[in-house]
Amino acid sequence: MIIEVKKLEKEFGTLRAVNNISFNVKEGEIFGLLGPNGAGKTTTVKMLTTLVKPTKGTATVAGYDIIKDSNNVRKSIGIVFQDPSLDDELTGRENLEFHAILYNIGKKERKKRIQEAFKLVELEDKADVLVKNYSGGMKRRLEIGRGLLHEPKVLFLDEPTVGLDPQTRRHIWDYIQKLSKEKKVTLILTTHYIEEADYLCNRVAFIDHGKIVALDTPKVLKDKLGGDVVSLQINSGIERLKSEFRKKKYVKTISNRDGFLELTVDEGEKKIPEIMATAQKLGIEVSSVNLHKPSLEDVYIYYTGKTIRDEGGEGWKGMMRSRMRQR
Amino acid sequence: MDTNAIYVLWLRDVKRFFRAKSRIIGTLLMPVFFLIGLGFGLGSIVNLSVLGISGNYLDFIVPGIIGMSLLFISIFTGSSVLWDRQFGFLKEIMVTPNSRVSIVIGRIFGGATSALLQSLVIIVIALLIGFSVHLSLMTPLFIVFALLIATTFISLGLIFGSIISDFQGFQLVTSFLTFPLFFLSNSIFPITTLPKYVQYVMYLNPLTYGVDGMRIALTGSGMFPVWIDLLALVVSTLIFGSIAVYAFKKVDVG
Ligand SMILES: Nc1ncnc2c1ncn2[C@@H]1O[C@H](COP(=O)(O)OP(=O)(O)O)[C@@H](O)[C@H]1O
Ligand SMILES: [Mg+2]
Repeated sequence: MIIEVKKLEKEFGTLRAVNNISFNVKEGEIFGLLGPNGAGKTTTVKMLTTLVKPTKGTATVAGYDIIKDSNNVRKSIGIVFQDPSLDDELTGRENLEFHAILYNIGKKERKKRIQEAFKLVELEDKADVLVKNYSGGMKRRLEIGRGLLHEPKVLFLDEPTVGLDPQTRRHIWDYIQKLSKEKKVTLILTTHYIEEADYLCNRVAFIDHGKIVALDTPKVLKDKLGGDVVSLQINSGIERLKSEFRKKKYVKTISNRDGFLELTVDEGEKKIPEIMATAQKLGIEVSSVNLHKPSLEDVYIYYTGKTIRDEGGEGWKGMMRSRMRQR
Repeated sequence: MDTNAIYVLWLRDVKRFFRAKSRIIGTLLMPVFFLIGLGFGLGSIVNLSVLGISGNYLDFIVPGIIGMSLLFISIFTGSSVLWDRQFGFLKEIMVTPNSRVSIVIGRIFGGATSALLQSLVIIVIALLIGFSVHLSLMTPLFIVFALLIATTFISLGLIFGSIISDFQGFQLVTSFLTFPLFFLSNSIFPITTLPKYVQYVMYLNPLTYGVDGMRIALTGSGMFPVWIDLLALVVSTLIFGSIAVYAFKKVDVG
Protein backbone atom coordinates (compact mmCIF):
# COMPACT_ATOMS: atom_id res chain seq x y z
CA MET A 1 0.00 0.00 0.00
CA ILE A 2 1.56 3.25 -1.06
CA ILE A 3 -0.77 5.31 1.13
CA GLU A 4 -2.20 4.18 4.44
CA VAL A 5 -4.51 6.61 6.17
CA LYS A 6 -5.22 5.85 9.80
CA LYS A 7 -8.09 7.59 11.58
CA LEU A 8 -7.15 10.97 10.21
CA GLU A 9 -8.95 13.95 11.64
CA LYS A 10 -8.78 17.72 11.23
CA GLU A 11 -10.65 20.34 13.17
CA PHE A 12 -10.79 24.04 12.37
CA GLY A 13 -12.06 25.55 15.60
CA THR A 14 -15.34 23.78 16.20
CA LEU A 15 -15.67 22.51 12.63
CA ARG A 16 -14.57 18.94 12.03
CA ALA A 17 -13.54 19.21 8.40
CA VAL A 18 -12.18 15.65 8.23
CA ASN A 19 -13.74 13.15 10.57
CA ASN A 20 -11.85 9.99 11.41
CA ILE A 21 -11.15 8.68 7.93
CA SER A 22 -9.13 5.58 7.08
CA PHE A 23 -8.32 4.14 3.69
CA ASN A 24 -5.48 2.62 1.68
CA VAL A 25 -4.27 3.38 -1.80
CA LYS A 26 -2.54 0.75 -3.92
CA GLU A 27 0.58 1.45 -5.88
CA GLY A 28 -0.15 2.54 -9.44
CA GLU A 29 -3.87 3.06 -9.14
CA ILE A 30 -5.97 6.14 -9.79
CA PHE A 31 -7.76 6.72 -6.53
CA GLY A 32 -10.62 9.20 -6.33
CA LEU A 33 -12.00 11.24 -3.48
CA LEU A 34 -15.46 12.26 -4.62
CA GLY A 35 -17.63 14.67 -2.69
CA PRO A 36 -19.35 18.04 -2.78
CA ASN A 37 -17.63 21.32 -1.96
CA GLY A 38 -16.75 21.53 1.69
CA ALA A 39 -16.68 17.75 2.12
CA GLY A 40 -13.07 17.81 3.30
CA LYS A 41 -11.23 16.66 0.17
CA THR A 42 -8.71 19.49 0.03
CA THR A 43 -8.08 19.30 3.76
CA THR A 44 -7.37 15.58 3.41
CA VAL A 45 -4.98 16.22 0.53
CA LYS A 46 -3.24 19.00 2.47
CA MET A 47 -2.69 16.68 5.40
CA LEU A 48 -1.32 13.94 3.15
CA THR A 49 1.01 16.43 1.48
CA THR A 50 2.28 17.74 4.86
CA LEU A 51 0.94 21.27 4.40
CA VAL A 52 -1.58 20.96 7.23
CA LYS A 53 -1.04 19.10 10.52
CA PRO A 54 -3.76 16.61 11.45
CA THR A 55 -5.62 17.17 14.70
CA LYS A 56 -5.66 13.40 15.28
CA GLY A 57 -4.51 10.27 13.52
CA THR A 58 -1.81 9.98 10.90
CA ALA A 59 -0.95 8.44 7.55
CA THR A 60 1.99 7.06 5.69
CA VAL A 61 2.76 8.09 2.13
CA ALA A 62 5.32 6.04 0.20
CA GLY A 63 6.21 4.43 3.50
CA TYR A 64 6.89 7.66 5.41
CA ASP A 65 4.85 9.10 8.23
CA ILE A 66 3.32 12.44 7.27
CA ILE A 67 3.97 13.92 10.70
CA LYS A 68 7.29 12.44 11.77
CA ASP A 69 8.92 12.12 8.39
CA SER A 70 7.43 14.99 6.44
CA ASN A 71 10.56 15.81 4.46
CA ASN A 72 10.74 12.30 3.00
CA VAL A 73 7.04 12.47 2.20
CA ARG A 74 7.69 15.72 0.33
CA LYS A 75 10.42 14.04 -1.66
CA SER A 76 8.05 11.31 -2.79
CA ILE A 77 5.05 13.35 -3.83
CA GLY A 78 3.88 15.90 -6.34
CA ILE A 79 0.74 17.94 -6.16
CA VAL A 80 -1.46 19.96 -8.45
CA PHE A 81 -3.33 22.28 -6.12
CA GLN A 82 -6.97 23.17 -6.43
CA ASP A 83 -6.12 26.88 -6.46
CA PRO A 84 -3.56 28.46 -8.77
CA SER A 85 0.03 28.10 -7.59
CA LEU A 86 2.19 29.45 -10.39
CA ASP A 87 4.33 32.57 -10.37
CA ASP A 88 2.56 34.77 -12.92
CA GLU A 89 5.54 37.07 -13.34
CA LEU A 90 7.71 34.25 -14.61
CA THR A 91 7.51 32.38 -17.89
CA GLY A 92 6.22 28.84 -18.09
CA ARG A 93 9.75 27.56 -18.58
CA GLU A 94 11.03 29.49 -15.57
CA ASN A 95 8.27 28.06 -13.42
CA LEU A 96 9.28 24.55 -14.41
CA GLU A 97 12.97 25.34 -14.17
CA PHE A 98 12.62 26.63 -10.61
CA HIS A 99 10.54 23.65 -9.65
CA ALA A 100 13.17 21.28 -10.99
CA ILE A 101 15.94 23.06 -9.11
CA LEU A 102 13.89 22.94 -5.92
CA TYR A 103 13.85 19.16 -6.39
CA ASN A 104 17.58 18.97 -6.98
CA ILE A 105 17.43 17.83 -10.59
CA GLY A 106 20.72 18.36 -12.40
CA LYS A 107 21.01 20.76 -15.30
CA LYS A 108 21.11 18.30 -18.18
CA GLU A 109 18.33 16.12 -16.85
CA ARG A 110 16.34 19.26 -16.09
CA LYS A 111 16.46 20.45 -19.65
CA LYS A 112 15.36 17.10 -20.98
CA ARG A 113 12.49 16.70 -18.58
CA ILE A 114 11.22 20.23 -19.07
CA GLN A 115 11.16 19.65 -22.81
CA GLU A 116 9.23 16.44 -22.25
CA ALA A 117 6.82 18.11 -19.86
CA PHE A 118 6.00 20.88 -22.33
CA LYS A 119 5.42 18.28 -24.96
CA LEU A 120 3.18 16.21 -22.73
CA VAL A 121 0.95 19.16 -21.86
CA GLU A 122 1.22 20.62 -25.36
CA LEU A 123 2.56 24.00 -24.37
CA GLU A 124 5.83 23.93 -26.31
CA ASP A 125 5.00 27.11 -28.20
CA LYS A 126 4.07 28.96 -24.98
CA ALA A 127 7.10 27.92 -22.94
CA ASP A 128 8.72 31.35 -22.94
CA VAL A 129 5.58 33.40 -22.46
CA LEU A 130 4.88 34.98 -19.06
CA VAL A 131 2.34 32.85 -17.20
CA LYS A 132 0.09 35.87 -16.64
CA ASN A 133 -0.66 35.69 -20.37
CA TYR A 134 -1.77 32.04 -20.20
CA SER A 135 -5.44 31.01 -20.26
CA GLY A 136 -6.95 29.10 -17.35
CA GLY A 137 -6.64 25.78 -19.14
CA MET A 138 -3.04 26.45 -20.10
CA LYS A 139 -2.14 27.28 -16.51
CA ARG A 140 -3.75 24.06 -15.36
CA ARG A 141 -1.81 22.03 -17.88
CA LEU A 142 1.41 23.74 -16.91
CA GLU A 143 0.71 22.88 -13.28
CA ILE A 144 0.15 19.25 -14.19
CA GLY A 145 3.39 19.21 -16.17
CA ARG A 146 5.19 20.77 -13.24
CA GLY A 147 3.75 18.30 -10.75
CA LEU A 148 5.32 15.48 -12.76
CA LEU A 149 8.68 17.03 -13.40
CA HIS A 150 10.43 15.45 -10.45
CA GLU A 151 8.82 12.05 -11.19
CA PRO A 152 7.01 11.63 -7.89
CA LYS A 153 5.84 8.23 -6.73
CA VAL A 154 2.49 9.73 -5.83
CA LEU A 155 0.79 12.62 -7.56
CA PHE A 156 -2.12 14.44 -5.93
CA LEU A 157 -4.55 16.20 -8.22
CA ASP A 158 -6.97 18.42 -6.31
CA GLU A 159 -9.97 19.13 -8.53
CA PRO A 160 -7.84 19.15 -11.67
CA THR A 161 -10.60 20.24 -14.02
CA VAL A 162 -12.69 22.62 -11.94
CA GLY A 163 -13.65 25.77 -13.82
CA LEU A 164 -12.43 24.49 -17.16
CA ASP A 165 -14.45 24.20 -20.34
CA PRO A 166 -15.58 20.70 -21.39
CA GLN A 167 -13.01 20.43 -24.14
CA THR A 168 -10.07 21.25 -21.89
CA ARG A 169 -11.51 18.90 -19.28
CA ARG A 170 -11.47 16.04 -21.79
CA HIS A 171 -7.94 16.94 -22.68
CA ILE A 172 -6.83 16.78 -19.07
CA TRP A 173 -8.62 13.49 -18.54
CA ASP A 174 -6.62 12.10 -21.44
CA TYR A 175 -3.36 13.36 -19.89
CA ILE A 176 -4.24 11.80 -16.59
CA GLN A 177 -4.90 8.43 -18.18
CA LYS A 178 -1.78 8.67 -20.25
CA LEU A 179 0.21 9.49 -17.15
CA SER A 180 -1.13 6.61 -15.22
CA LYS A 181 -0.22 4.23 -18.04
CA GLU A 182 3.14 5.63 -19.07
CA LYS A 183 4.68 6.87 -15.86
CA LYS A 184 3.25 4.28 -13.46
CA VAL A 185 2.65 7.00 -10.95
CA THR A 186 0.01 6.56 -8.26
CA LEU A 187 -2.65 9.23 -8.66
CA ILE A 188 -4.93 10.59 -5.97
CA LEU A 189 -7.61 12.69 -7.53
CA THR A 190 -10.29 14.74 -5.82
CA THR A 191 -13.35 15.91 -7.65
CA HIS A 192 -16.96 16.85 -7.26
CA TYR A 193 -17.71 15.77 -10.82
CA ILE A 194 -19.18 12.29 -10.70
CA GLU A 195 -18.48 11.55 -14.34
CA GLU A 196 -14.84 12.47 -13.78
CA ALA A 197 -14.45 9.97 -10.95
CA ASP A 198 -16.35 7.37 -12.94
CA TYR A 199 -14.29 7.88 -16.06
CA LEU A 200 -10.85 8.03 -14.46
CA CYS A 201 -10.69 6.22 -11.16
CA ASN A 202 -9.87 2.62 -10.41
CA ARG A 203 -11.36 3.08 -6.97
CA VAL A 204 -13.49 5.85 -5.53
CA ALA A 205 -14.14 6.98 -1.96
CA PHE A 206 -17.32 9.00 -1.46
CA ILE A 207 -16.65 11.68 1.09
CA ASP A 208 -19.42 13.63 2.73
CA HIS A 209 -19.18 15.97 5.76
CA GLY A 210 -15.63 14.79 6.40
CA LYS A 211 -16.52 11.10 6.43
CA ILE A 212 -16.02 8.32 3.91
CA VAL A 213 -19.43 6.82 3.25
CA ALA A 214 -18.48 4.29 0.57
CA LEU A 215 -15.31 3.05 -1.07
CA ASP A 216 -14.83 0.64 -3.94
CA THR A 217 -14.34 0.39 -7.68
CA PRO A 218 -17.02 2.28 -9.61
CA LYS A 219 -18.22 -1.04 -11.01
CA VAL A 220 -18.68 -2.76 -7.66
CA LEU A 221 -20.36 0.33 -6.23
CA LYS A 222 -22.83 0.33 -9.09
CA ASP A 223 -23.39 -3.41 -8.90
CA LYS A 224 -24.34 -3.04 -5.27
CA LEU A 225 -27.39 -1.16 -6.44
CA GLY A 226 -28.72 -4.42 -7.91
CA GLY A 227 -27.53 -4.46 -11.48
CA ASP A 228 -28.59 -3.15 -14.87
CA VAL A 229 -32.13 -2.62 -16.06
CA VAL A 230 -33.07 -3.96 -19.51
CA SER A 231 -36.44 -2.66 -20.69
CA LEU A 232 -38.24 -4.23 -23.63
CA GLN A 233 -41.08 -2.57 -25.51
CA ILE A 234 -43.67 -5.17 -26.38
CA ASN A 235 -47.03 -4.80 -28.05
CA SER A 236 -48.57 -8.18 -27.17
CA GLY A 237 -47.74 -11.30 -25.24
CA ILE A 238 -46.21 -9.49 -22.30
CA GLU A 239 -47.59 -11.91 -19.67
CA ARG A 240 -46.33 -14.94 -21.57
CA LEU A 241 -42.87 -13.48 -21.79
CA LYS A 242 -42.95 -12.53 -18.14
CA SER A 243 -43.63 -16.06 -16.98
CA GLU A 244 -40.88 -17.33 -19.27
CA PHE A 245 -38.33 -14.95 -17.73
CA ARG A 246 -39.38 -15.99 -14.22
CA LYS A 247 -37.75 -19.33 -15.00
CA LYS A 248 -34.40 -17.76 -15.91
CA LYS A 249 -31.87 -17.61 -13.11
CA TYR A 250 -30.01 -14.55 -14.38
CA VAL A 251 -33.08 -12.34 -14.13
CA LYS A 252 -33.24 -10.81 -10.65
CA THR A 253 -36.48 -8.87 -10.76
CA ILE A 254 -39.26 -8.40 -13.30
CA SER A 255 -41.78 -5.63 -13.58
CA ASN A 256 -43.94 -4.19 -16.33
CA ARG A 257 -45.60 -0.87 -16.96
CA ASP A 258 -47.27 0.70 -19.99
CA GLY A 259 -46.06 -1.79 -22.53
CA PHE A 260 -42.54 -2.07 -21.15
CA LEU A 261 -41.08 -5.12 -19.50
CA GLU A 262 -38.20 -4.28 -17.15
CA LEU A 263 -35.67 -6.92 -16.16
CA THR A 264 -32.90 -6.41 -13.62
CA VAL A 265 -29.79 -8.37 -14.59
CA ASP A 266 -26.05 -8.26 -14.14
CA GLU A 267 -24.01 -7.12 -17.11
CA GLY A 268 -27.01 -6.20 -19.17
CA GLU A 269 -25.11 -5.74 -22.40
CA LYS A 270 -24.12 -9.40 -22.36
CA LYS A 271 -27.61 -10.65 -21.54
CA ILE A 272 -29.45 -8.75 -24.29
CA PRO A 273 -28.80 -11.35 -27.04
CA GLU A 274 -30.08 -14.11 -24.79
CA ILE A 275 -33.13 -12.06 -23.80
CA MET A 276 -33.91 -11.36 -27.44
CA ALA A 277 -33.54 -15.03 -28.33
CA THR A 278 -35.97 -15.98 -25.59
CA ALA A 279 -38.58 -13.54 -26.95
CA GLN A 280 -38.07 -14.77 -30.49
CA LYS A 281 -38.53 -18.38 -29.46
CA LEU A 282 -41.97 -17.52 -28.11
CA GLY A 283 -42.69 -15.57 -31.28
CA ILE A 284 -43.07 -12.28 -29.39
CA GLU A 285 -42.06 -9.16 -31.22
CA VAL A 286 -39.83 -6.69 -29.34
CA SER A 287 -40.05 -3.22 -30.84
CA SER A 288 -37.27 -1.62 -28.82
CA VAL A 289 -34.65 -2.46 -26.20
CA ASN A 290 -33.12 -0.09 -23.71
CA LEU A 291 -30.29 -0.74 -21.27
CA HIS A 292 -29.84 1.44 -18.20
CA LYS A 293 -26.70 0.91 -16.18
CA PRO A 294 -26.76 2.50 -12.73
CA SER A 295 -24.56 5.58 -12.75
CA LEU A 296 -22.19 6.59 -10.01
CA GLU A 297 -24.67 9.37 -9.43
CA ASP A 298 -27.32 6.77 -8.52
CA VAL A 299 -24.82 5.27 -6.10
CA TYR A 300 -24.03 8.66 -4.62
CA ILE A 301 -27.72 9.35 -4.03
CA TYR A 302 -28.10 5.92 -2.50
CA TYR A 303 -25.34 6.55 0.06
CA THR A 304 -25.89 10.20 0.91
CA GLY A 305 -29.58 10.66 0.21
CA LYS A 306 -28.95 13.62 -2.06
CA THR A 307 -27.44 14.51 -5.39
CA ILE A 308 -23.95 15.96 -5.31
CA ARG A 309 -25.28 19.22 -6.69
CA ASP A 310 -27.69 19.75 -3.77
CA GLU A 311 -24.73 20.86 -1.75
CA GLY A 312 -24.20 23.79 -4.01
CA GLY A 313 -21.84 22.12 -6.49
CA GLU A 314 -20.13 25.37 -7.29
CA GLY A 315 -20.37 27.47 -4.18
CA TRP A 316 -19.23 31.04 -3.97
CA LYS A 317 -15.71 30.00 -3.16
CA GLY A 318 -15.64 27.63 -6.11
CA MET A 319 -16.83 30.34 -8.43
CA MET A 320 -14.20 32.75 -7.20
CA ARG A 321 -11.57 30.10 -7.69
CA SER A 322 -12.56 29.30 -11.20
CA ARG A 323 -12.68 32.99 -11.95
CA MET A 324 -9.21 33.49 -10.56
CA ARG A 325 -8.04 30.64 -12.67
CA GLN A 326 -9.52 32.05 -15.82
CA ARG A 327 -7.67 35.32 -15.52
CA MET B 1 21.07 23.91 4.25
CA ASP B 2 19.41 23.54 0.88
CA THR B 3 21.51 25.68 -1.41
CA ASN B 4 19.22 24.96 -4.34
CA ALA B 5 16.28 26.55 -2.62
CA ILE B 6 18.37 29.56 -1.63
CA TYR B 7 19.54 29.94 -5.21
CA VAL B 8 16.06 29.62 -6.75
CA LEU B 9 14.44 32.12 -4.41
CA TRP B 10 17.29 34.55 -4.92
CA LEU B 11 17.13 34.17 -8.70
CA ARG B 12 13.38 34.59 -8.69
CA ASP B 13 13.58 37.91 -6.84
CA VAL B 14 16.33 39.20 -9.07
CA LYS B 15 14.48 38.21 -12.25
CA ARG B 16 11.30 39.80 -11.05
CA PHE B 17 13.21 42.89 -10.04
CA PHE B 18 14.67 43.48 -13.48
CA ARG B 19 11.37 42.66 -15.14
CA ALA B 20 9.33 45.18 -13.18
CA LYS B 21 10.80 48.35 -14.70
CA SER B 22 7.93 50.53 -13.60
CA ARG B 23 8.30 49.32 -10.04
CA ILE B 24 12.00 50.18 -10.04
CA ILE B 25 11.23 53.69 -11.18
CA GLY B 26 8.34 53.93 -8.72
CA THR B 27 10.49 53.01 -5.75
CA LEU B 28 13.21 55.42 -6.87
CA LEU B 29 10.86 58.39 -7.10
CA MET B 30 10.46 59.03 -3.40
CA PRO B 31 14.17 58.95 -2.53
CA VAL B 32 14.89 61.25 -5.45
CA PHE B 33 12.24 63.75 -4.32
CA PHE B 34 13.68 63.64 -0.84
CA LEU B 35 17.17 64.16 -2.22
CA ILE B 36 16.15 67.19 -4.17
CA GLY B 37 13.68 68.60 -1.66
CA LEU B 38 15.77 68.08 1.43
CA GLY B 39 19.22 68.30 -0.09
CA PHE B 40 18.63 71.50 -2.04
CA GLY B 41 15.54 73.00 -0.46
CA LEU B 42 16.24 72.53 3.21
CA GLY B 43 19.97 72.52 2.76
CA SER B 44 19.95 76.12 1.62
CA ILE B 45 17.86 77.42 4.55
CA VAL B 46 18.99 75.46 7.59
CA ASN B 47 21.95 76.66 9.57
CA LEU B 48 24.14 73.59 9.50
CA SER B 49 26.33 74.52 12.44
CA VAL B 50 23.24 74.67 14.70
CA LEU B 51 22.54 71.06 13.73
CA GLY B 52 26.08 70.19 14.57
CA ILE B 53 26.99 69.24 11.04
CA SER B 54 30.24 70.32 9.63
CA GLY B 55 30.04 70.58 5.90
CA ASN B 56 27.37 70.15 3.31
CA TYR B 57 23.78 69.08 4.24
CA LEU B 58 23.46 67.14 0.98
CA ASP B 59 26.42 65.01 1.99
CA PHE B 60 24.82 64.45 5.36
CA ILE B 61 21.47 63.47 3.98
CA VAL B 62 22.41 61.13 1.09
CA PRO B 63 23.23 58.16 3.39
CA GLY B 64 20.01 58.91 5.27
CA ILE B 65 17.96 58.80 2.10
CA ILE B 66 19.62 55.59 1.00
CA GLY B 67 18.74 54.25 4.43
CA MET B 68 15.14 55.29 3.90
CA SER B 69 14.98 53.66 0.51
CA LEU B 70 16.53 50.46 1.88
CA LEU B 71 14.03 50.47 4.73
CA PHE B 72 10.97 50.88 2.51
CA ILE B 73 12.04 48.48 -0.20
CA SER B 74 13.12 45.86 2.30
CA ILE B 75 9.90 45.84 4.27
CA PHE B 76 7.99 45.73 1.01
CA THR B 77 10.12 42.88 -0.34
CA GLY B 78 9.87 40.91 2.87
CA SER B 79 6.13 41.16 2.68
CA SER B 80 6.10 39.31 -0.64
CA VAL B 81 5.30 36.22 1.45
CA LEU B 82 1.86 37.73 1.77
CA TRP B 83 1.56 38.12 -1.99
CA ASP B 84 2.85 34.63 -2.60
CA ARG B 85 0.27 33.25 -0.22
CA GLN B 86 -2.47 35.27 -1.89
CA PHE B 87 -1.47 34.14 -5.38
CA GLY B 88 -0.81 30.58 -4.29
CA PHE B 89 2.89 30.30 -5.13
CA LEU B 90 3.76 29.88 -1.45
CA LYS B 91 2.16 26.41 -1.41
CA GLU B 92 4.35 25.35 -4.31
CA ILE B 93 7.49 26.31 -2.37
CA MET B 94 6.32 24.89 0.93
CA VAL B 95 5.49 21.46 -0.44
CA THR B 96 9.01 20.94 -1.83
CA PRO B 97 11.54 19.08 0.31
CA ASN B 98 13.50 22.16 1.35
CA SER B 99 14.02 23.50 4.85
CA ARG B 100 12.11 26.61 5.86
CA VAL B 101 15.39 28.22 6.90
CA SER B 102 16.76 27.91 3.36
CA ILE B 103 13.60 29.42 1.93
CA VAL B 104 13.85 32.39 4.28
CA ILE B 105 17.54 32.87 3.49
CA GLY B 106 16.87 32.74 -0.24
CA ARG B 107 14.18 35.36 0.04
CA ILE B 108 16.43 37.58 2.14
CA PHE B 109 19.33 37.26 -0.32
CA GLY B 110 17.09 38.03 -3.27
CA GLY B 111 15.52 41.03 -1.61
CA ALA B 112 18.86 42.32 -0.36
CA THR B 113 20.35 42.09 -3.85
CA SER B 114 17.62 44.20 -5.40
CA ALA B 115 17.66 46.66 -2.49
CA LEU B 116 21.42 47.07 -2.88
CA LEU B 117 21.11 47.69 -6.62
CA GLN B 118 18.55 50.39 -5.97
CA SER B 119 20.76 52.12 -3.43
CA LEU B 120 23.64 52.13 -5.91
CA VAL B 121 21.34 53.88 -8.37
CA ILE B 122 20.51 56.48 -5.73
CA ILE B 123 24.22 57.12 -5.14
CA VAL B 124 24.71 57.71 -8.83
CA ILE B 125 21.81 60.17 -8.90
CA ALA B 126 23.19 61.88 -5.80
CA LEU B 127 26.60 62.17 -7.41
CA LEU B 128 24.98 63.85 -10.40
CA ILE B 129 23.43 66.53 -8.21
CA GLY B 130 26.57 67.31 -6.29
CA PHE B 131 27.10 64.66 -3.64
CA SER B 132 30.75 63.85 -3.12
CA VAL B 133 32.02 60.51 -1.84
CA HIS B 134 34.96 60.69 0.50
CA LEU B 135 36.95 57.73 -0.79
CA SER B 136 38.81 55.73 1.86
CA LEU B 137 39.39 52.18 3.01
CA MET B 138 35.98 52.46 4.66
CA THR B 139 34.11 53.08 1.39
CA PRO B 140 33.54 49.40 0.48
CA LEU B 141 31.88 48.97 3.87
CA PHE B 142 28.93 50.79 2.31
CA ILE B 143 27.90 47.57 0.64
CA VAL B 144 28.13 45.66 3.91
CA PHE B 145 25.98 48.19 5.70
CA ALA B 146 23.44 48.37 2.90
CA LEU B 147 23.12 44.58 2.90
CA LEU B 148 22.79 44.41 6.68
CA ILE B 149 20.10 47.09 6.73
CA ALA B 150 18.27 45.25 3.97
CA THR B 151 18.57 41.92 5.77
CA THR B 152 17.24 43.35 9.01
CA PHE B 153 14.21 44.96 7.47
CA ILE B 154 13.43 42.22 4.96
CA SER B 155 13.27 39.94 7.99
CA LEU B 156 10.91 42.39 9.66
CA GLY B 157 8.77 42.42 6.49
CA LEU B 158 8.83 38.62 6.43
CA ILE B 159 7.64 38.50 10.02
CA PHE B 160 4.64 40.70 9.30
CA GLY B 161 3.99 39.07 5.95
CA SER B 162 3.86 35.69 7.69
CA ILE B 163 1.66 36.73 10.58
CA ILE B 164 -0.81 39.03 8.86
CA SER B 165 -3.03 37.49 6.23
CA ASP B 166 -4.81 40.47 4.66
CA PHE B 167 -3.44 43.36 2.66
CA GLN B 168 -5.24 46.15 4.51
CA GLY B 169 -3.94 44.96 7.85
CA PHE B 170 -0.49 44.66 6.42
CA GLN B 171 -0.52 48.12 4.91
CA LEU B 172 -1.72 49.59 8.18
CA VAL B 173 1.02 47.91 10.17
CA THR B 174 3.78 48.78 7.75
CA SER B 175 2.91 52.44 7.42
CA PHE B 176 2.65 52.74 11.19
CA LEU B 177 6.03 51.09 11.35
CA THR B 178 8.12 52.38 8.49
CA PHE B 179 7.58 56.10 8.99
CA PRO B 180 8.49 56.11 12.69
CA LEU B 181 11.47 53.88 11.92
CA PHE B 182 12.55 56.42 9.36
CA PHE B 183 11.93 59.60 11.35
CA LEU B 184 13.16 58.15 14.64
CA SER B 185 16.60 57.54 13.23
CA ASN B 186 19.51 59.80 12.37
CA SER B 187 18.58 59.76 8.67
CA ILE B 188 17.66 63.40 8.16
CA PHE B 189 18.97 65.12 11.27
CA PRO B 190 21.61 64.33 13.84
CA ILE B 191 20.40 62.60 16.97
CA THR B 192 22.08 65.04 19.34
CA THR B 193 19.71 67.84 18.38
CA LEU B 194 16.77 66.00 19.91
CA PRO B 195 15.40 65.59 23.48
CA LYS B 196 16.96 62.81 25.54
CA TYR B 197 13.93 60.46 25.56
CA VAL B 198 13.67 60.61 21.77
CA GLN B 199 17.36 59.88 21.55
CA TYR B 200 16.90 56.67 23.57
CA VAL B 201 14.30 55.48 21.06
CA MET B 202 16.70 56.24 18.25
CA TYR B 203 19.43 54.24 19.89
CA LEU B 204 17.13 51.21 19.71
CA ASN B 205 16.51 51.66 16.00
CA PRO B 206 18.79 49.52 13.79
CA LEU B 207 18.44 52.08 11.00
CA THR B 208 20.35 54.62 13.12
CA TYR B 209 23.42 52.40 13.12
CA GLY B 210 22.99 51.49 9.48
CA VAL B 211 22.81 55.08 8.35
CA ASP B 212 25.69 56.01 10.62
CA GLY B 213 27.77 53.21 9.14
CA MET B 214 26.95 54.27 5.59
CA ARG B 215 27.84 57.83 6.52
CA ILE B 216 31.25 56.69 7.71
CA ALA B 217 31.70 54.68 4.54
CA LEU B 218 30.62 57.44 2.17
CA THR B 219 31.58 60.71 3.89
CA GLY B 220 34.20 59.63 6.38
CA SER B 221 32.48 60.76 9.55
CA GLY B 222 29.79 59.35 11.82
CA MET B 223 28.65 59.55 15.40
CA PHE B 224 29.61 56.02 16.55
CA PRO B 225 32.79 54.04 15.95
CA VAL B 226 32.26 51.86 12.90
CA TRP B 227 32.54 48.62 14.89
CA ILE B 228 29.57 49.62 17.04
CA ASP B 229 27.50 50.22 13.92
CA LEU B 230 28.52 46.84 12.54
CA LEU B 231 27.88 45.02 15.78
CA ALA B 232 24.48 46.61 16.23
CA LEU B 233 23.39 45.62 12.73
CA VAL B 234 24.72 42.10 12.98
CA VAL B 235 22.77 41.70 16.20
CA SER B 236 19.58 43.14 14.68
CA THR B 237 19.98 40.91 11.63
CA LEU B 238 20.34 37.82 13.80
CA ILE B 239 17.39 38.73 16.00
CA PHE B 240 14.98 39.67 13.22
CA GLY B 241 16.28 36.87 10.99
CA SER B 242 15.57 34.22 13.64
CA ILE B 243 12.13 35.60 14.37
CA ALA B 244 11.45 35.62 10.62
CA VAL B 245 12.39 31.93 10.34
CA TYR B 246 10.17 31.15 13.30
CA ALA B 247 7.23 33.13 11.90
CA PHE B 248 7.69 31.60 8.46
CA LYS B 249 7.62 28.08 9.89
CA LYS B 250 4.24 28.86 11.40
CA VAL B 251 2.79 30.46 8.29
CA ASP B 252 -0.62 29.11 7.33
CA VAL B 253 -0.31 27.87 3.79
CA GLY B 254 -3.95 26.81 3.47
N1 LIG C 1 -8.03 26.98 6.88
C1 LIG C 1 -9.32 26.73 7.21
N2 LIG C 1 -9.86 27.33 8.28
C2 LIG C 1 -11.15 27.10 8.63
N3 LIG C 1 -11.96 26.27 7.97
C3 LIG C 1 -11.48 25.64 6.89
C4 LIG C 1 -10.14 25.84 6.45
N4 LIG C 1 -9.93 25.07 5.36
C5 LIG C 1 -11.08 24.44 5.12
N5 LIG C 1 -12.02 24.77 6.02
C6 LIG C 1 -13.41 24.24 6.10
O1 LIG C 1 -13.31 22.84 6.15
C7 LIG C 1 -14.33 22.24 5.37
C8 LIG C 1 -13.72 21.34 4.33
O2 LIG C 1 -13.07 22.12 3.37
P1 LIG C 1 -12.26 21.52 2.15
O3 LIG C 1 -11.33 20.49 2.66
O4 LIG C 1 -11.67 22.66 1.40
O5 LIG C 1 -13.41 20.84 1.30
P2 LIG C 1 -13.43 20.38 -0.22
O6 LIG C 1 -12.03 20.42 -0.74
O7 LIG C 1 -14.00 19.02 -0.20
O8 LIG C 1 -14.31 21.33 -0.94
C9 LIG C 1 -15.14 23.38 4.78
O9 LIG C 1 -16.27 23.58 5.59
C10 LIG C 1 -14.20 24.55 4.85
O10 LIG C 1 -14.92 25.75 4.99
MG1 LIG D 1 -11.33 21.42 -2.32
